Amino acid sequence: MAAARPGFASATGAPATDREAAVPPAAWIGALVLLFLPAIASDFFLVQVFGWALILGTIALSLQFLAGYGGMVSLVQMTVAGFAGYMVAILGTSGLAQISLGWPFWLAVPAAILLAVLFGTLSGALAVRTAGIYTIVITLAIAAAFFYFTRQNETVFGGFLGFNGVRAPVFWGIDWRSPVPFYYLCLAWAAIAWGLVVWVIRAPFGLALQGIRDNPRRMAALGFDVTAHRIAAYAFAAFLAAPAGILLTWLNGQIAPGTVGIGPVIDVLVIAVVGGLGRPIGPFIGALLYVLLRIFALDALVALGLSGQRFQLLIGLGFLVTVLFSPDGILGLWERARRRRAATAAAGTAGGR
Amino acid sequence: MATAIAERLSATGTVNALELRGVTKQFGALVALSDVTLSVRPGERRAILGSNGAGKTTLLNCITGDFPASSGTIRFFGEDVTRFPAHERIRRGLRRTYQISLLFGGLSVLDNVYLACLGVSRGRFSLLRPKRDDALLESARTLVHAVHLDAVAERRVAELAHGQQRQLEVALALAGAPRFLLFDEPAAGLSPAERSDLVAILNGLPAHMGFIIIEHDMDVALRVVESVTLMHEGRIFKEGTPEEIEADPEVQELYLGHGHG
Repeated sequence: MAAARPGFASATGAPATDREAAVPPAAWIGALVLLFLPAIASDFFLVQVFGWALILGTIALSLQFLAGYGGMVSLVQMTVAGFAGYMVAILGTSGLAQISLGWPFWLAVPAAILLAVLFGTLSGALAVRTAGIYTIVITLAIAAAFFYFTRQNETVFGGFLGFNGVRAPVFWGIDWRSPVPFYYLCLAWAAIAWGLVVWVIRAPFGLALQGIRDNPRRMAALGFDVTAHRIAAYAFAAFLAAPAGILLTWLNGQIAPGTVGIGPVIDVLVIAVVGGLGRPIGPFIGALLYVLLRIFALDALVALGLSGQRFQLLIGLGFLVTVLFSPDGILGLWERARRRRAATAAAGTAGGR
Repeated sequence: MATAIAERLSATGTVNALELRGVTKQFGALVALSDVTLSVRPGERRAILGSNGAGKTTLLNCITGDFPASSGTIRFFGEDVTRFPAHERIRRGLRRTYQISLLFGGLSVLDNVYLACLGVSRGRFSLLRPKRDDALLESARTLVHAVHLDAVAERRVAELAHGQQRQLEVALALAGAPRFLLFDEPAAGLSPAERSDLVAILNGLPAHMGFIIIEHDMDVALRVVESVTLMHEGRIFKEGTPEEIEADPEVQELYLGHGHG
């Protein structure tokens, strides 16, 4: 019996009934702020805080899609993103002229995305025959293997140092790595990825994916090829993560094994869980929090006379507290608070009559 | 290739809907099914009776491919489906219900039936949302109506009464164009009124849709079938018409017990 799982997005809403949730005012305000952020925020905030958070949020969104709607916790999403970053460096231009092929960006970027989707799909094909903790282990193994491979392979992946000087393209007279255009680039992909997830989970493909999450045996007995469906979900998730990986490479101007190390791979999981796996907006909330902690916890810790390296401790503690007190993340806290407020309001009106 | 076409062609003729030869299922040392040979004609309605542990549900699981058979062959309308995964058998027109309802509790009744219709359609991977007049959605609504669940079509399945969940199980099995159905104790836990409702639904199925029904309640089982197979300890023990089975003293001793003695 597939009971609705609290904390997961169980009810998708009937495709028949157009039960679209009304967009809450907070979402409108958030969208407006993001759209007009360049008018109020400094370049540092625009790129290093919001740009980075949007990129990490999109990568974590691809994990949220697989975990929340497919029941598959994949740790390979950061690796898929990093793979796309590597491909852009290898196919396009970088400081390592002896490796980079120097393709123009309009060729290198689509090719990199395509190859990363292929990589994500193959990883999925390996992972989907496992369930639960074994999915986590096998995807972590793929991530670790890729990390060590990039560190040791000098001829194609540039070894320990990786690639520097990977620049965002300049076209239409715009340098896409300058703060405002780059911010909008990150915002655009994050918004498209979010919109795609929201769309797909209500489409037949997404509905079937959630059916497979809740009850794979029954789905097979309804004529669904469970394995093929799960692999397709990995392909879709890779398509979300790959452009974000390219943006991350342009943001840092470089890609190196450290980008796809075990630490960042776990961080993406932490971001998704802390934000909330229940809805596609969760990973972005988690990512913003993570980025703020990464940047400002350092200063706060140093001011307190502690080593700046301790920010990992703060992130770890934050993860622990979230998992202990709100397994459905910050989104869960928010939704419970709203429901309580609604209940109080309802009680108030009832009492007034 | 030629044999495949021949198989498909013969499927439309006089071939049996189900043809089991020497089907055996072992779980480790336990032999759950032992050398079961069984033929069911298209349109035939047959009950499988037997005590707990007789291997009835295991037989259904082997036929649908939920668990593959350890040995033996299974033909569905002439086609050898022994090595097929479950979804391939379903796409060829085989359907089943589960003894313990396997439904999607978080989804609405209509969504559940919609998924069943989607599973045997070509739109499984579609990224386009269904429109209001979508054909699959229409057939889902028709099915919801057919099993008398219109009133709760938009309700989440987890909120339904047990009897309604059983009716939904039947609806899921009727999606698409089934050629043969397997019902695993559809009446379990139903009230007398719900039972007669179920009998009406089963007797109302189109004549070409044969089925196998596992059912402990004789009042349900013997009112909807024309033949009975009796199983005991993983083997087929006896076959006959409902009248013959009911009258058989050995059967009464073994299965029907003192109530009929």
